[in-house]
Amino acid sequence: MKSRLVVVGNGMVAGRALEHLLATAPETYQVTVFNAEPRVNYDRIMLSPVLSGEKTYDDIIIHDDNWYADRGIKLHKGQKIVAIDKAFKTVTSAEGIIAAYDKLLIATGSSPIVIPVPGHDLPGVLTYRDLDDVEAMFTSAAKGGSAVVIGGGLLGLEAAAGLRARGMAVTVLHLMPTLMERQLDTAAGFLLQREFESRGIKVLTQADTKAILGTTHVEAVELKDGSLLPANIAVMAVGIRPNVTLAREAGLTVNRGIVVDDGMATSDPDILSIGECVEHRGICYGLVAPLYEMARVVAARLSGNRQADYAGSVTATKLKVTGIDLFSSGDFSEGDDREEILLRDAAGGIYKRLIIKNDQIIGTVLYGDTRDGTWFLDLLKRGTDISGMRDTLIFGQQYAGGSPLDPMAAVAALPDDSEICGCNGVCKGTILLAIATQNLASLGDVRSHTKASASCGSCSGLVEQILTLSLGDAYKPAAVQPICGCTDLGHDDVRRLIAVKHIKTIPAIMQELEWKTSSGCAKCRPALNFYLLAAWPGQYQDDSQSRFINERVHANIQRDGTYSVVPRMWGGMTNARELRAIADTVDKFSVPAVKVTGGQRIDLLGIRKEDLPAVWADLNAAGLVSGHAYGKALRTVKTCVGTDWCRFGTQDSTGLGIRIEKFMWGSWTPAKVKMAVSGCPRNCAEATCKDVGVICVDSGYDIHFAGAAGLDIRGTEILCHVDTEDDALEMIVALVQLYREQGRYLERIYKWAKRTGIQTIKDQIVEDAEKRRMLFDRFVHSQSFAQSDPWAERVAGNEAHEFHPMADFVFGKAAQ
Amino acid sequence: MNAQPATALRAEWIDIGQLDDIPRQGARTVKTPGGDIAIFRTMDDQIFALWDRCPHKGGPLSQGIVHGHAITCPLHNWVISLENGEAQGHDSGCVHRFRVKIEAGRVLLDGAACSANAA
Ligand code: SRM
Ligand SMILES: Cc1cc2nc3c(=O)[nH]c(=O)nc-3n(C[C@H](O)[C@H](O)[C@H](O)COP(=O)(O)OP(=O)(O)OC[C@H]3O[C@@H](n4cnc5c(N)ncnc54)[C@H](O)[C@@H]3O)c2cc1C
Ligand code: SF4
Ligand code: FES
Repeated sequence: MKSRLVVVGNGMVAGRALEHLLATAPETYQVTVFNAEPRVNYDRIMLSPVLSGEKTYDDIIIHDDNWYADRGIKLHKGQKIVAIDKAFKTVTSAEGIIAAYDKLLIATGSSPIVIPVPGHDLPGVLTYRDLDDVEAMFTSAAKGGSAVVIGGGLLGLEAAAGLRARGMAVTVLHLMPTLMERQLDTAAGFLLQREFESRGIKVLTQADTKAILGTTHVEAVELKDGSLLPANIAVMAVGIRPNVTLAREAGLTVNRGIVVDDGMATSDPDILSIGECVEHRGICYGLVAPLYEMARVVAARLSGNRQADYAGSVTATKLKVTGIDLFSSGDFSEGDDREEILLRDAAGGIYKRLIIKNDQIIGTVLYGDTRDGTWFLDLLKRGTDISGMRDTLIFGQQYAGGSPLDPMAAVAALPDDSEICGCNGVCKGTILLAIATQNLASLGDVRSHTKASASCGSCSGLVEQILTLSLGDAYKPAAVQPICGCTDLGHDDVRRLIAVKHIKTIPAIMQELEWKTSSGCAKCRPALNFYLLAAWPGQYQDDSQSRFINERVHANIQRDGTYSVVPRMWGGMTNARELRAIADTVDKFSVPAVKVTGGQRIDLLGIRKEDLPAVWADLNAAGLVSGHAYGKALRTVKTCVGTDWCRFGTQDSTGLGIRIEKFMWGSWTPAKVKMAVSGCPRNCAEATCKDVGVICVDSGYDIHFAGAAGLDIRGTEILCHVDTEDDALEMIVALVQLYREQGRYLERIYKWAKRTGIQTIKDQIVEDAEKRRMLFDRFVHSQSFAQSDPWAERVAGNEAHEFHPMADFVFGKAAQ
Repeated sequence: MNAQPATALRAEWIDIGQLDDIPRQGARTVKTPGGDIAIFRTMDDQIFALWDRCPHKGGPLSQGIVHGHAITCPLHNWVISLENGEAQGHDSGCVHRFRVKIEAGRVLLDGAACSANAA
């Protein structure tokens, strides 16, 4: 027969312990759970986002009813245990249910402290611990009015921010001179106070509550200095007290908390206890990280492992108020035996302080930029000697030569239902489940079982990270080449995460994906700008400061700092009017050099930056627009004379080239895209060394792609044969759109094709008519925002600052 | 463009415009008898002034990409620290810096810089 395990209290820690227990010893126990709260297991620490409206209760459920049913666990909701009989090994609930146990686990958590000032029992005096409290706050907030939060610690501040977000006028009363004084030093406490005040929350420090006033309901809070604060609700958030009554009455050893040993056993060896209700080596913990450690140990003990021990934890605090980054850990009081390293950036709202003793970090306070928190905490826990990196320590891990940040963090944080493989619609949860239930151990395994990463492969990096997440060190992923030193993520991962997390700005990417630098570098920023532009056409606001100068000012910078200007000549065709305009422009601006390019158009070289808008205005007047000779964009579509003139021409190659160029100009691509259309296989337009080329034949059009004639020389591959111009256009557009969606920044089409496979591309463009049509439509949609001549925009005054000096003292001198 | 009267040249600090004339993570130039000076504005709204000449081959630094407190030269990607003008990484070379400050939203450049001759 199975042993009977009874669990009292079904909070966060009990839930975690059950997960571990079922994983290691699923058959050992018949489990019965009693919970005073009338609900399943939910994520208590996410109550603040529920209060502020960023999440709902459903979002924060950890185990729903089915979870218990599926595992044969009996859950008594709303049943408070009132007595334990150690001799007969039973527990009794308030409603008289009696359950016998072989092992008993007490996880009753703690209760909010209510200071017994007069009026503390009036309706409208609330605490902040469970969903009932949050619902009571909702109800009051719906009526508007004002709230007084007593207590400026973690919970009080989260409550205050939440109530403010719900529209109440909020005042925080704090007894001490600065907020969160147990976690923060004075300076950080002050920054925090300023931030709260800037959000319209009033903060009164050194405020001692005398009484809560009101006849039938809270009306005001009175302070010892006599001031009166009107209030519709008063939230007490002054601290917590471990729930020990049950244990004390049962005769277990209790101090402040229920006393447990390193194996989480109480003074009765068959009764174990974990969570906020316990006291271990004299410490009661109030944050989940150490409590989860206890959960692991108790589950191991219950599964028969006598070695598992809990040795105490160093905790770190983070405040969960959107937009406030705050981290603290360890001991940060001042003292003669310790030194500190300080970094302040008032403008950036950043404050970092490390407290060092005997060359080891003993405390950390971070405000504004908390990215290195986990690293500092790790150094603290390990007692690492920091003398070798002292000079750069405060700047964080990237400067200190430590091992890189955990690249998994971003993937670990994704919810289970986020889509990892866009091609096959596979979610993170599906992959995790397949790995666990079918013992998958490699990328290939996951591909064949779930189809994730089996198509375009751009999510392979993410799938590998999920493998690492579930298998730990047992899995060795192939190294992903990071975009640059600012991140450990590769191009494909970043593109995918932008899509699944709906990230829409460069700062948001850097925040969400934990960039290691404050504002990226010249390598990642242009890439991110393109990825956002490609992902959110029409929505993303192009960041010109993240573009290379050529794309910022729509001309090519030259070695002497002047620029070159290349107008479009559609399909290489021109006429007297255009040539005359070019000639006039050359004269008017004394353009030092004019050259016919290798791309069948004309380059005006050596133009001063200040003259660019005027040059463009003149060219525009003759109908000439930007040729994007400077851009990761569609460059030229070279053509030959075709059936119009050539005795061998089979189709109108010039016409098709012009049609393609007019359809596709203005689109941004991962790297430059060059095309050509030749009228017959003699191939005078050199179409077989282009990114995309067309060779006209009697029966129609052979479409080629993936050629190159620059750093590498490569003949093209054949994509397909089509019969009509319309079909040719659709194929080419779909191909380029696929490349726009999958190519890595600066990766030419031939490299993309080599990476993903010629056949994979053909499968999607040639074989799959529906996919081709969708790609075509997406390109057309994005073009509706892209086809506007950037030169004309600048002639009209756009980005004028680029073309004028800020001040001119040479002129001043000349005027003298 | 602010054309400055010659008398301004003698002042200790010269007002060259407002902070918002320079885009965040961008740069503007100031023309002086000694050559162009690049005025950079970083993400955190600090400003820096350097000769607009890369120590490598004289590339116009004002045309580069600003990231953190550094600028990547548009010609061959050298990275120059805005704080000390030094080339970063394996490259070596230094650009002269000028004093510059923000007061009440106005950008003030060291008066000596505006009349200096080429360094
Ligand atoms: C102007 C032109 C040379 C000419 O006088 O004919 C030219 C000029 C430059 N090419 Fe080119 N390329 C020009 C046709 C070509 C061609 C021929 C073609 O397009 O048919 C090629 C080989 C085909 C190819 O790309 O596969 C070519 C392969 C390159 C490469 C190597 C690209 C590669 O991926 O291998 C670079 C370097 C790069 O892009 O990183 C480059 C880069 C450059 C840059 C942009 C160098 C730079 O970054 O400043 C030059 C700009 C000069 C300027 O300011 O205008 N240029 N370049 C041609 C402009 C064509 C146009 O009308 O847009
Ligand atoms: C609003 C809020 C925000 C928080 N934010 C964070 C944070 O950001 N980070 C962090 O680390 N921690 C945070 N915490 C603290 C964290 O939630 C607790 O440390 C954690 O929930 C403690 O887990 P536990 O299982 O010990 O207790 P609890 O989760 O409180 O669970 C105890 C359960 O036992 C039940 N119970 C009590 N007595 C009995 C009985 N006699 N019979 C039956 N059932 C009983 C209770 O009803 C309760 O459901 C926050 C807490 C709150 C309230
Ligand atoms: S080949 Fe192209 S990149 Fe090289 S010098 Fe000539 S124009 Fe410049
Ligand atoms: S001139 Fe600046 S890097 Fe070469």
